Amino acid sequence: MSTTAVTQEGPAAVAPPSSIGSHIRDYWRRVRGGDIGALPAVAGLLALCTIFSIMRPSFLTAGNFANLLTQGAAVTLIAMGLVFVLLLGEIDLSAGFASGVCAAVLANVVTVLGYPWYVAVLAAVLTGLVIGTALGFLVAKVGIPSFVVTLAGFLAFQGVVLLLMEEGRNISVRDPVLVAIANNNMSPVLGWALAAFAVAGFAAVQLLRYRKRAARGLINDPLAVVLGRIVMLALVLGIAVYVLNLERSRNVLITSLKGVPIVVPIIAVLLVVWTFVLKRTSYGRHIYAVGGNKEAARRAGINVDRIRISVFMICSTMAAIGGIVAASRANSVDPNTGGSNVLLYAVGAAVIGGTSLFGGKGRVLDAVLGGAVVAVIANGMGLMGYSSGVKYVVTGVVLLLAASVDALSRRRAAATGNR
Amino acid sequence: MSATPLLELRGIDKSFGPVQVLRNVALSAYPGEVTALVGDNGAGKSTLVKCISGIHPTDAGEFVFDGRPVSINNPREAAGLGIEVVYQDLALCDNLDIVQNMFLGREKRSGIVLDEPTMEQMAAETLAGLSVRTVKSLRQHVSSLSGGQRQTVAIAKAVLWNSRLVILDEPTAALGVAQTAQVLELVRRLADNGLAVVLISHNMNDVFAVSDRIAALYLGQMVAQVRTTDITHAQVVELITAGRSGGLGLAADTGANGNGAPADSTTGGVS
Ligand SMILES: Nc1ncnc2c1ncn2[C@@H]1O[C@H](COP(=O)(O)OP(=O)(O)OP(=O)(O)O)[C@@H](O)[C@H]1O
Ligand SMILES: [Mg+2]
Repeated sequence: MSTTAVTQEGPAAVAPPSSIGSHIRDYWRRVRGGDIGALPAVAGLLALCTIFSIMRPSFLTAGNFANLLTQGAAVTLIAMGLVFVLLLGEIDLSAGFASGVCAAVLANVVTVLGYPWYVAVLAAVLTGLVIGTALGFLVAKVGIPSFVVTLAGFLAFQGVVLLLMEEGRNISVRDPVLVAIANNNMSPVLGWALAAFAVAGFAAVQLLRYRKRAARGLINDPLAVVLGRIVMLALVLGIAVYVLNLERSRNVLITSLKGVPIVVPIIAVLLVVWTFVLKRTSYGRHIYAVGGNKEAARRAGINVDRIRISVFMICSTMAAIGGIVAASRANSVDPNTGGSNVLLYAVGAAVIGGTSLFGGKGRVLDAVLGGAVVAVIANGMGLMGYSSGVKYVVTGVVLLLAASVDALSRRRAAATGNR
Repeated sequence: MSATPLLELRGIDKSFGPVQVLRNVALSAYPGEVTALVGDNGAGKSTLVKCISGIHPTDAGEFVFDGRPVSINNPREAAGLGIEVVYQDLALCDNLDIVQNMFLGREKRSGIVLDEPTMEQMAAETLAGLSVRTVKSLRQHVSSLSGGQRQTVAIAKAVLWNSRLVILDEPTAALGVAQTAQVLELVRRLADNGLAVVLISHNMNDVFAVSDRIAALYLGQMVAQVRTTDITHAQVVELITAGRSGGLGLAADTGANGNGAPADSTTGGVS
């Protein structure tokens, strides 16, 4: 009995230095095994941009690029929060109108009550936090399916926005700081500085990790791949900042319009912070664990209820931030803020980016990539003069496409034993 | 052979409402030995394990661990004593990799940041210590592992924590011949490394292949705990199905349980 051979391959402990070739082969094997990650979103983004640029040259201008970023910002922010809920295999249908409620609170506090902008922002964010806590409590402690809880929230918050707007009036937001969030740009120098800072920070983190792992003899990505990632980020950021720093005012004599929109660093910082939380803290690890196998997480001593409540808190708080950006962009809040297609666009963004509706798989970056796809579709089709009817249909089809990719890659993964 | 048990249970009672599942159960687990816990479906094996791991509170009875009386009120206290359980359904997260699963709920950190290199190294050392060499990468998702490899990860997770007693609830139930052999060898190796092991199994071949002692539960009563060399296949089967076999097991009339001592000759009862 004790002579059964268990030893076949090399020891698990010491890693062979992996080459670029094997790295690419590994990646390709994962893709074929159904672990496609951000591939469809990136490919779709490139394809859409190419098509729109050919059909409408005005698509590929600095002005439109800046437009795109501010148009997609609110939905992207809401989608970033939704990723957390989706990671547990739950859904938050109320995120759109939650952002509306928070925007309404913001407008009331700053315009009607006349408090300074930071009080209004704090009030809006706290409102989001309270909403999320209530939703999470109902889901985790009372045990109502999240679909039902948040559908009720969807209806109720729509009513709350109406009530806060005193039946249909809209409230303007004129505070210069709040308006600046989604309408002003950073100075070109600051844009470059932040981009350089981001690349340097990314490079430092990546190289430090590489060195630390190499020093301990652990499996590492090839150095060329690590460097490639850094160069890639530098290129993307460099091109984006360069383009956004071009003059995009029609008449330079009246106003000068250039620089990176202020929402961009806001989204970037939140992206970094939430990615850190998900990937580098045990809290984030526990979110994935609960999304993957709730019972296993429970037996590992993880407080599952607390995790479930917390993701709804994050989601609604991010919705609040999205609502603030939406209010800033529109210079006002009306009963439809956060309504109509906002929620579907946000869910669509997360799913298109590669976050699974089945839980356990997703990244905050997905929301940004998917948000870009959604924004490009809306923007490009608008430029081509299609009606909103057509836009809705196309976005719906794209969402369905993304969900199919998700479901099919899951089946593929099951078939190849990857899940 | 080790004379003193690492864990000794005496007079454990456990009821779920009106249903008494465990009656005056005694069980000893010795360091360096595999104790097989056998019994029919519903005999109370898993319930007994959950009492030991602190999931279920017991109604009566005492725990002696390492010579000291202890009380175990929750899974964390059990883990604190060095008791680890490999549950029948494994409780692994498919979407996490091997290292992440092994440290789930007990991640190593430096500050608030996860200390991945340390965890990876410890995981590698533990697997190497178990002479596990079939896993290609510690960073592969558990979903891509075979049943035997998953079992290996679950066991490695249990021995990672300086555990002294490892309880495995039907670890080979879903495995093929080769993988069963692999897991059984692993179980044997744990005991040879000085750990106390309790193995629950319905498969008599496995039990006889790997165990040093056999404890038989029958309808919530411990009917015998004997050295594996002192008993035959047929006798164990009788103990499981009827609660007695020859000089072993329940007395014919009283229903009092035989317990504890090896070669349980005190309780008579020839039918
Ligand atoms: N939480 C519970 N509440 C009520 N009854 C329970 C509970 N858990 C177990 N039981 C009962 O206790 C008895 C013993 O169950 P247990 O799971 O311990 O059996 P087992 O020996 O592990 O069986 P198997 O070999 O099928 O795994 C069964 O009759 C079962 O119905
Ligand atoms: Mg059982």
